[in-house]
Amino acid sequence: MEKLLLLGAEAIAQGAIDGGMSGVYAYPGTPSTEITEYVQHNITAIERNLHRQWSANEKTAMEAALGMSYAGKRAMVCMKHVGLNVAADAFINSAITGVNGGLVVTVADDPSMHSSQNEQDSRFFGKFAMIPILEPSNQQEAYDMAYDGFELSEKFKIPVLIRITTRLSHSRSGVESREVKNENPLTYPEDPIQFVLLPSNARKRYKGLLAIQSLIEQESEFSVYNTYLPGRDKSLGIIACGIAFNYLKENYPSKSCPHPVLQINQYPLPFSKVEKIVDECEKVLVLEDGYPFVEEQLKGFLNINSKIIGRLNGTIPRDGELNPDIVARALGKEVKQGFPVPKVVANRPPELCSGCSHRDIYNALNETMKEFGKQKVFSDIGCYTLGALPPWNSINSCVDMGASITMAKGAADAGVRPSIAVIGDSTFTHSGMTALLDCVYENTPVTVIISDNATTAMTGGQASHATGRLEEICVGLGVKPEHVKVLTPLPKYHDEMVKALREEFVYEGVSVIIPRRECIVQAVAKNKKEKKVKVEEVSQ
Amino acid sequence: MKSDIILSGVGGQGILSIAATIGMAALENHLYLKQAEVHGMSQRGGSVQSHLRISEKEIASDLIPLGKADLIISVEPMESLRYLPWLSESGWLVTNTTPFVNILEYPDMEEVLAEIEKLPHQIAINADEIARQVKSPRSSNMVMLGAASPFIDIPYDSLETGIKKIFGRKGEKIVQLNLEALKAGREFALEHTPVGSR
Repeated sequence: MEKLLLLGAEAIAQGAIDGGMSGVYAYPGTPSTEITEYVQHNITAIERNLHRQWSANEKTAMEAALGMSYAGKRAMVCMKHVGLNVAADAFINSAITGVNGGLVVTVADDPSMHSSQNEQDSRFFGKFAMIPILEPSNQQEAYDMAYDGFELSEKFKIPVLIRITTRLSHSRSGVESREVKNENPLTYPEDPIQFVLLPSNARKRYKGLLAIQSLIEQESEFSVYNTYLPGRDKSLGIIACGIAFNYLKENYPSKSCPHPVLQINQYPLPFSKVEKIVDECEKVLVLEDGYPFVEEQLKGFLNINSKIIGRLNGTIPRDGELNPDIVARALGKEVKQGFPVPKVVANRPPELCSGCSHRDIYNALNETMKEFGKQKVFSDIGCYTLGALPPWNSINSCVDMGASITMAKGAADAGVRPSIAVIGDSTFTHSGMTALLDCVYENTPVTVIISDNATTAMTGGQASHATGRLEEICVGLGVKPEHVKVLTPLPKYHDEMVKALREEFVYEGVSVIIPRRECIVQAVAKNKKEKKVKVEEVSQ
Repeated sequence: MKSDIILSGVGGQGILSIAATIGMAALENHLYLKQAEVHGMSQRGGSVQSHLRISEKEIASDLIPLGKADLIISVEPMESLRYLPWLSESGWLVTNTTPFVNILEYPDMEEVLAEIEKLPHQIAINADEIARQVKSPRSSNMVMLGAASPFIDIPYDSLETGIKKIFGRKGEKIVQLNLEALKAGREFALEHTPVGSR
């Protein structure tokens, strides 16, 4: 079949399309965004008109995917690791309802926090929900796991979790594609109350989920993704999960690893294979990208298995992503760096783009806050979080999507005046609307600045659900129309912005300020496109 | 045959176009390839790098181990130094000398260039200037690829094919400008490296 050069994320998308998926649901989040973007631009997906629009947040995405599965079709829902926290209610319960059409939940973790607030490991969520977890070690497996994931889900009638990490998601390699399957026909669940989690039914469904645990463990036991590779030197055995296997192989070129190796890419843990390597070897090194998920299970609370080594005993650092050098050191090999980094090399952190509208609103905010004091600005997740860094130092929090507004509310309740939230347009519709409703309900004195650049900028400019309806949403939620103000964030309107901010900061009620100007990256890209179109028109 | 390459620069400078061109060329030669990119927050004017590995044998790790890179291609001089721990003792550093100054503490250029010159195998090239000379001011990244091409074990015409494929949808003129830039970079490198050292 066709050979493609794909990112790990794209390989999952292609695998899902070829595997008969009828729709993808997602909210953008690094390192998962490229899965949905790939589906949006794929010819087969367009021809089949697969669902491929963005969702408002990960919870709505998860629920919509479950609805598509209810209707018998195959659905994938994608998110970054912290997105699974948002979707967790629907996610955990989808294991109890079970599925009709195959349902694959793809979660991209970000160990080392390249673009995230934490490095939580989604395998814990998979175990918590008691569903099979697939963890590809390379792009081909990413494709195959997405392709076959729907069948696995339909076999056991439960969702399947695919867990990847940043490195695989954003690394490109050759992938061989397979035959394109048909989509499922529309069918209703055999049992009309399968999805009704009333306690009486939920208890039954939960017992059913418990009953198949031994079967999904058997599935892991015989999975082609869990391979036992024998080795002569049993002073050490190695368990390598997901992408960690590549770093192990890098250290033993030409298949020369003298130790027994158990490669684990499918969970729950295959009991017999794990038992075999632990029995056989004097010590067992666990290599996994993320938390010590496998290591902790093997050690147990009483640390009976003291022969297990890895992140918990310091053989491998407790935090951060793995790489071939960390694995080399864990294997006792010498790591030699080429040349030292000269002292002249300065740090170059990311920054707000030149011409970005967030810059202008932060300049106005900083000037206004000279009158009102420090540490009163709560913010959120997006490009504007960079306002925490010099030269702005404008904001005092960034916790989770939507938290700016509710934290400002709590602080206002405690007596902070003025209490200010800075949030982006897409983050606002993701999780800020209910927070604003809380403020309206109590008429809490907060000023919410929704810095509207008409896109989901940080992840590369995806459509924002807020575009064109922000004022209506705010007024609809109950903010008084005279306290919803739209500004144009440009240096020439600096004084006007300062005046508007000052007026709302002293108002003892809920106010919303919307500085609105298109993301500069998007504006430039659009201009280029239009110019190109014009040139083509002229040359025709 | 194997080439382990680190591409470096500042978000938005076009290192992914270099990577994509080499990737296309590698595919044409039926080589294995792995290329780890940086997406997300760092793309907003921060340091970015990409690990690109091509080989006739299957490649294990998506990341290059420390001290094992055969080549660093940097579109920005200070950024070229940030990844020196990955460069092998026999490896080459090929860097642009035009700085991208978006931080207050940007070091003195003399010092940066002095550090580059200390390396046993390096080529420092004013890619922006050369791109202007060939009337393709936006193709300094392809000048850099051209300057690095003598150290990549892939036929030069495959890189040209790569450019045609990557830039093809932008029109013939853009393709030609990038090909000119590639050639000018290569010529500079060939003039400035002693014969036999490549």
